Amino acid sequence: MTTPEKGQLVTANRLRDGIAVFLTRGGEWSEAIDEAVLAQEPQAAAALEARAREDEKKTIVTGSYLVDAERLDGRVRAAHIRERMRALGPTVRLDLGKQAEGKGAGFAAPEGE
Amino acid sequence: MYRYDEFDHQFVRERTNQFRNQTERRLSGALTEDEFRPLRLMNGLYLQLHAYMLRVAIPYGTLSGRQMRQLAHIAEKWDKGYGHFTTRQNIQYNWVKLEDAPDILDALAEVEMHAIQTSGNCIRNVTTDHWAGAAADEIADPRPVGELLRQWSSLHPEFSFLPRKFKIAVTGAPHDRAAVKVHDIGLRLHKSDAGETGWEVIVGGGLGRTPMVGVTVRDFLPQHELTGYLEAIMRVYNLYGRRDNKYKARIKILVHEIGAEKFKSEVEAEYARRPHPTTEVEERELARIAAYFAPPAFEKLPRWSASFEEAKLGSPDFARWAKNNLGPHRADGYAIVNISLKPEGGIPGDATAGQMRVMADLAERYGNDELRVSHAQNIVLPHVRKDDLFAVWQALVKAGLAAANYGLAGDIIACPGLDYCALATARSIPVAQSISRKFADSKKQDEIGKLKINISGCINACGHHHVGHIGILGLDKKGEEFYQITLGGSSAENASIGTILGPGFAGHEVADAIETILDTYLKHRQDGEEFLATYRRLGARPFKEALYATA
Repeated sequence: MTTPEKGQLVTANRLRDGIAVFLTRGGEWSEAIDEAVLAQEPQAAAALEARAREDEKKTIVTGSYLVDAERLDGRVRAAHIRERMRALGPTVRLDLGKQAEGKGAGFAAPEGE
Repeated sequence: MYRYDEFDHQFVRERTNQFRNQTERRLSGALTEDEFRPLRLMNGLYLQLHAYMLRVAIPYGTLSGRQMRQLAHIAEKWDKGYGHFTTRQNIQYNWVKLEDAPDILDALAEVEMHAIQTSGNCIRNVTTDHWAGAAADEIADPRPVGELLRQWSSLHPEFSFLPRKFKIAVTGAPHDRAAVKVHDIGLRLHKSDAGETGWEVIVGGGLGRTPMVGVTVRDFLPQHELTGYLEAIMRVYNLYGRRDNKYKARIKILVHEIGAEKFKSEVEAEYARRPHPTTEVEERELARIAAYFAPPAFEKLPRWSASFEEAKLGSPDFARWAKNNLGPHRADGYAIVNISLKPEGGIPGDATAGQMRVMADLAERYGNDELRVSHAQNIVLPHVRKDDLFAVWQALVKAGLAAANYGLAGDIIACPGLDYCALATARSIPVAQSISRKFADSKKQDEIGKLKINISGCINACGHHHVGHIGILGLDKKGEEFYQITLGGSSAENASIGTILGPGFAGHEVADAIETILDTYLKHRQDGEEFLATYRRLGARPFKEALYATA
């Protein structure tokens, strides 16, 4: 079994519609958490944060912050249930949100450790 | 129902235009998020986990068919086809885009609605008894006072920057269905032996992280003194309420810290100090408003409806629904219809656009064009002829709105919780669903009888867990959800705050725990005794023993 790649990603809400988005390696914002870039060093995380703040100024996103997460077999799982929820949509309406649009992550939000 | 006058129209239009401009400036970058956030919140627009959320005010929970239809239209055009009715008699849309928000506010203004003061540290939407104007036990309809307070508090410059949010509830009936003792200010109408009416003014109740039952500062305030006296309360709060710590900023903390007597004397001093202009204007305004709430021209009907009785004999399902979901109406031959938004395994308070339209149709056709939203997240048709009940029920069945569990174990209050809310620490809705499924057997629910199960997904207590007969609070333990159970709360005239029973439970254990509690109740109850009464008689001990015996 492969070991998960642990790190931090940057998430925010897109300004015009409020949708949760994740910063990618290419510096774009994706609705899919699997496309997020994970920073493994504090300096890399700080660079991602700085990048996100630039995009806040450009009114692309709002309220960016760092989130602990891990990548396993190409799928990204946030450490906290709140962030897993944001990456998927409401657990009580599986027909809505990212999970319904094929942009959800490869796990169920309430899964424990 | 109240109709906007030219001033109402004007201020709502001005506000909508102002917000359109502010939104454009935000999208262009002229306003930063820090500058814009308080502006959007003043217009009910929050940023939640998945998108923006718009909270629309439904003044004292009253809607016309046309307004309900417009809410359905908004759900379809700008959201995902549904809305969530809240514990403050409002509606929330969960998937709103910032760029659409001004258009939605325009659509609301078309039907005399808005989202002003549904957030922020101001006087929020005034709530009231969802049976107002219809209840058999009512002294007077509380909605004219609700409307007077709406007009008085809307954009009131002195009360737009309070230490914290401020919630007022009003009831005109001795049986309190509006939870007035757990609001910042609660107003309760009384009638003297001489036949005069006056308001009991209760201050400093509230839920949240510091739950408290309010204290009575006036027993019998004449109606024409109401806004003057409330102004004195607001001034004392504005002056002395804490602004250094948001967790200690609600008026309940002030009342608690300086003591009820001291608080009362401050209010009386302020009230005596303020100039007392003639109350004529206010009385005239109240009379003008009250005319809009004149009771409909009820037909002279016999108390007993043959067709209703026959329909019950013909359909056990209808009979059960009629037994549980109807309230006693003030007029003979009429009933109050409570539409449960709590289908088995459903999401408490959610309604689709289609369901909203069905309810609007029923209100227009059979219900004097009136609907109410209850703080328990149900919808009420306040005036339905008994002769029409079977037809109403049949339409509700077709629309998936005929859950016959009003006031029973399945009629659970639940906040949106971590499925939607940015403040939540745990999910509420799945817990409500698991309990609802556990008690799907209607016989079991009927056997248990009147019960309020209230669930909040965080300590802010939007799900009113402190005043549930059984309360459930979802918390975060190292990134995992767990749930505390409280027993013995009530928001009625005998209000009390529930007590934590013991160690918490994982989400999947909660429904079993509730079943154990209710089996214990069934074992110990005396004839005709409701759950709350049994708990008050016996205390927590038998429930604790049953629940934690094996632990």
